[in-house]
Amino acid sequence: MKFSIVAIAALAAAWAGTALAQAKDPTIAGIEKYREMLGDDNPAELYEARGEQAWKKKAGPKNVSLENCDLGLGPGVVKGAYAQTPRYFADVDRVMDMETRINWCRMTQQGISEADIRKRPFGSADKPSEIEDLLTYVVTASKGMTMNVPSNHPKERAAYELGQAVFHMRAGPYDFSCATCHGEDNLRIRLQELPNLTKSEDAKRAYIGWPAYRVSTSRVHTMQWRINDCFRQQRLPEPRYMSEAVNALITYMAQTGNGAEYKGPALKR
Amino acid sequence: MTTYTKSPLTVALALGLTTVLLGGCATDRSAYNPSPDVIKNAMAAFKRDFDAKGSASLDRLNTDKLQDICNATNSKPSPDMAAVVEREQMAAIKLPADGNLLGDWKAGEKLAQSGRGMTWSDKTGIPNGGNCYNCHQLSPQELSYGTIGPSLLHFGKIRGNSPEIQKYTYSKIYNAKAYNACSAMPRFGHSSALTEAQIKDLVALLLDPQSPVNK
Ligand code: HEC
Ligand code: HEC
Repeated sequence: MKFSIVAIAALAAAWAGTALAQAKDPTIAGIEKYREMLGDDNPAELYEARGEQAWKKKAGPKNVSLENCDLGLGPGVVKGAYAQTPRYFADVDRVMDMETRINWCRMTQQGISEADIRKRPFGSADKPSEIEDLLTYVVTASKGMTMNVPSNHPKERAAYELGQAVFHMRAGPYDFSCATCHGEDNLRIRLQELPNLTKSEDAKRAYIGWPAYRVSTSRVHTMQWRINDCFRQQRLPEPRYMSEAVNALITYMAQTGNGAEYKGPALKR
Repeated sequence: MTTYTKSPLTVALALGLTTVLLGGCATDRSAYNPSPDVIKNAMAAFKRDFDAKGSASLDRLNTDKLQDICNATNSKPSPDMAAVVEREQMAAIKLPADGNLLGDWKAGEKLAQSGRGMTWSDKTGIPNGGNCYNCHQLSPQELSYGTIGPSLLHFGKIRGNSPEIQKYTYSKIYNAKAYNACSAMPRFGHSSALTEAQIKDLVALLLDPQSPVNK
């Protein structure tokens, strides 16, 4: 791998320094430069490699690997599975996004307790979280495939409907909903461009990059994390990890942006 | 989209129709007209799936009447409904007792820059920021501004600094919904996000002839 921590730090500094100097979004320019330096490398590859090992390793109280986990295309099938989630899983009778599904396999097959899974879903730069590795491995196996998120099952349609309603629900001291920031075209917060996630075109562009390697935090973040942080900006309490509300929001965005080629994990600001 | 060869009239009609259809057809389900049941389900999910964290307590999920009306109408209430809501919000505005609405524009600029406050990761007990640059252009020197709200550059230069304009500006920041029922702008005074003194400083930032906003 060609990149180094030093290069990342240098770039992060360079790009922060130019932040106010130009009217054009400096973060975009910064990321472009960063991409150039990395060539085809993306630090998410580290996560992918760790995730593949973790996937194949016997672990948990039951000492089994995840290789028989059914991600929707049958036990053990990883390739292409991410491009068809979130989806309805008959064995749990609910709609799950991929992050929730992998955790479900960790619980039911490896015997890891739900409390352990919930303890540290989001890692930090110096301390990664295993689910971020596993998820990066699984999504990378769908790179280049067309997102084909199913909506035939009534519960898949119900999840979309709930997600859409949660997306538009204004609450809290600032009266914000997701739609306040992501409900119109071409809006910005400061210089950060906000996709209109109610529209297919923007939702496509936003969705296919997640999970993403964020240059500003030097680590991979998942869509469950993205929603968590946007609810923080919304000034609301914390959405519970893997909950129906979060899964419904992800389902709403995935179905809205269905049909694009999956390009994740992308480099983002 | 399919293309066909048709007479200009048919094409024109079809184009008109397409515009209508795009709003609500099954593939682009962007038109959102929630039924009461849909709202009820979303409320239930809010109550079920969130945990209190830092200053973000669970009571923030209890919507008030204004939020309920905006939620039920996808923030597009009928003119009658909007008028009722705006009147109620207006009646709840508390103007400063001393009658002085203009504070210090320099303090206002600092407030406008700060996006801090009321998230679960903000320390409690520290004054909130105004978040104004997140959504508005104000001073011309600050190029990093958002576009959710209109540009406020030259706000006072254009509108003057009369008592009426001062009162409007104070009231708008105190409660944007008194003028626009489902505005995207928070109700800074109404929700106690900003204090009276802070709002005065922001009024000065917008109206003081010395403020960079009006240079
Ligand atoms: C107060 C503003 C605000 C609210 C409310 C908000 N967001 Fe965001 N959102 C942002 C900003 C700013 C970014 C870009 C962050 C960045 O570039 O680091 C963003 C980014 C995103 C992205 C990634 C977009 C991309 O192109 O990669 C998604 C997805 C998203 N938000 C979903 C949501 C959802 C779902 C909600 C409601 C739960 C929500 N947002 C509420 C401000 C907001
Ligand atoms: C989340 C976005 C948002 C934030 C934050 C915000 N505003 Fe606004 N503001 C708007 C929008 C949208 C409008 C236009 C719609 C309306 O008038 O309600 C507006 C309108 C206004 C107007 C009326 C403009 C006119 O021409 O009469 C003023 C004054 C104003 N904002 C001041 C402020 C100040 C000062 C702050 C910071 C304390 C602030 N706003 C923060 C979104 C925002």
